[in-house]
Amino acid sequence: MERRAYYRNKGLPWLLIAPQLLLVLVFFYWPTSQALYWAFTLEQPWGGGNTWVGWDNFLSIFHDKEYWGTVVRSAFYACCTTALSMFMALTLAVFVDRSLKGTRAFQSVYVWPYAIAAPAAGVAFRFMFAPEAGLIGAINDIWPGIWNPAINGYQALGMIIVCHSWLGIGYNFIFFLAALQMIPRSISEAGAMDGARPVRRMLDLQLPLIAPTVFFLLIINLISSFTDSFGLIDTMTEGGPFGSTEVMVYKIYFDGFKGLDYSGAAAQSIILMLLVVALTFVQFKWVEKRVHYN
Amino acid sequence: MTTITFKSVKKRYQKTPVVHGVDAQIQSGEFVVILGPSGCGKSTLLRMIAGLEEISDGEILIGDTVVNKLEPRERGCAMVFQNYALYPHMTVRKNIGYALKVAGVPKLEREDRVMKVAQSVSLETYLDRLPGQLSGGQRQRVAMARAMVREPKVFLFDEPFSNLDAKLRVAMRSEVRRLHRDLGVTSVFVTHDQTEAMTLADRLIIMNAGRVEQIGRPSDVYHNPASRFVADFIGSPAMNLIEGQFDAKGAFNHGKGGRLSTESGLALAGRKITLGVRPEAVRRAQAGSNGAVAAVVDYVEELGASRLIYADADGSRLIAVDNGTGHLPSGTKLHFTFSEQDVHLFGEDGRRIETHASAARMAAHANKTINA
Repeated sequence: MERRAYYRNKGLPWLLIAPQLLLVLVFFYWPTSQALYWAFTLEQPWGGGNTWVGWDNFLSIFHDKEYWGTVVRSAFYACCTTALSMFMALTLAVFVDRSLKGTRAFQSVYVWPYAIAAPAAGVAFRFMFAPEAGLIGAINDIWPGIWNPAINGYQALGMIIVCHSWLGIGYNFIFFLAALQMIPRSISEAGAMDGARPVRRMLDLQLPLIAPTVFFLLIINLISSFTDSFGLIDTMTEGGPFGSTEVMVYKIYFDGFKGLDYSGAAAQSIILMLLVVALTFVQFKWVEKRVHYN
Repeated sequence: MTTITFKSVKKRYQKTPVVHGVDAQIQSGEFVVILGPSGCGKSTLLRMIAGLEEISDGEILIGDTVVNKLEPRERGCAMVFQNYALYPHMTVRKNIGYALKVAGVPKLEREDRVMKVAQSVSLETYLDRLPGQLSGGQRQRVAMARAMVREPKVFLFDEPFSNLDAKLRVAMRSEVRRLHRDLGVTSVFVTHDQTEAMTLADRLIIMNAGRVEQIGRPSDVYHNPASRFVADFIGSPAMNLIEGQFDAKGAFNHGKGGRLSTESGLALAGRKITLGVRPEAVRRAQAGSNGAVAAVVDYVEELGASRLIYADADGSRLIAVDNGTGHLPSGTKLHFTFSEQDVHLFGEDGRRIETHASAARMAAHANKTINA
């Protein structure tokens, strides 16, 4: 039987959800409705209101080779960032899980990067990766000119991927560690008695048992790398050199606010939003897969 | 075959010592039960054999090999864990076969051996189920099959039945006994349940607070407890333990002016002594008969086959097993007696004090077991 609490006062529940509702309305539904409006209309050349153009904005985006370039780049960026960040976090979490001394200290230390605003991290990494003075720039002393993200697009993209992964490690770490610690210790010990070495135990026993967490983080990281990269790219490369770090979210900003093509940018943001919605849907659909603990 | 030898084995966590130096030898093919209250270090000792805990000091030998520095997989032990520790995402077949898979046994041979072991614990129809779909007893059997499949040199059991209900526990006990008889593998079994320990063990190692109190066959331990702790711990209901002192005439003064006359006390006059006598050795007696102790009934516990009389003898608690019937309301005055031979004496340090009578009993018991 379902148990529910009812409010006697009809107005009270609305009052209670009002703040949240207001936030969602102002910061999600209203901008989204505006974006939808812009995406299906075009402003007249000399002002005087928008005219309805149907799917034209979308069609012109889909016919734009440059846009598809950004889509591929975004996908590559998302995959690399997610893989790198999750792999690093998992490795650290496994180490911390194996020797529990000072776990609490590690927990807080590793999560700090997550609290750093992306633009701040971007600036810091720009200094570190600066070809003339930064840490990585030191290799230019050995092989002059080998490192310069200001002219080499691949290096620029790699630099941002590293920075974005670094920002996510702490968040991933916390989840991985929590999941690993949920696994009864005796399961790993049974594996040791069965003759499996630590790496084998991790692959055969621990990883399958934290699969739900892995999946959850996979989606969260993918979404984050599609949407949260703006702050980094804007401070580190501004999409350059030659558009080689221009991912979907940055192109939206650039086309809209620099190129003043509101309608095109709005259409792009609708596409990005649908992508994120799809990923979230996949997560809700799958994340409730059964968990294996006894 | 495989012996296990402990040479002053110690375990410390940081600075806290938990096992204070254990010396013992387990014979090849023997079934040894380590028994003790929780926190006495018995599981730690077992896990040191397995290689799951580091040995802080001393040596453990399996066969002739010092295993202190060996990884668990190199020691040839298999372990059954308290909470089964089955791999929840693997079927029964994969659970049992995992050790073989890790060892690189070819698939066909693996299937074959898994099947054989599964049959020996009657699990063959459950091979494709997940542990979550099994009952407690079935999980327990999977855990045993998983240990058996590797044909280990040593079986280790870490309180394996503590999650089972009483009936299943008895069934599993006889199953373990049967498996040990069939396989003859050296086995070490940790438990805090004395019935389990007494029924399973060839020999018992009784531990308390990180020390070995006594090593011996179950009947030895029962009839000749080496310390006050063992006397109190083994046996249900527990042994009557009466604190007191012998006077110059050899009478035992206890409680609030109680006196027991014994012959053994003369040499011990003046020392603080604990006198122990098992409830089943205490008999009802006629008032005024020789050596009878007067006591007032506190309450009676009915057990069915017999009953336990809890009585107060001049301020000391006295429990007696009684086969009689008839109502015994609290406050009834009764008389009890027990023979000199059934008396155990323990000194202030808790160790046993040998007397003529106890030596005679020991000799009698030894004769009995030899004849048996």
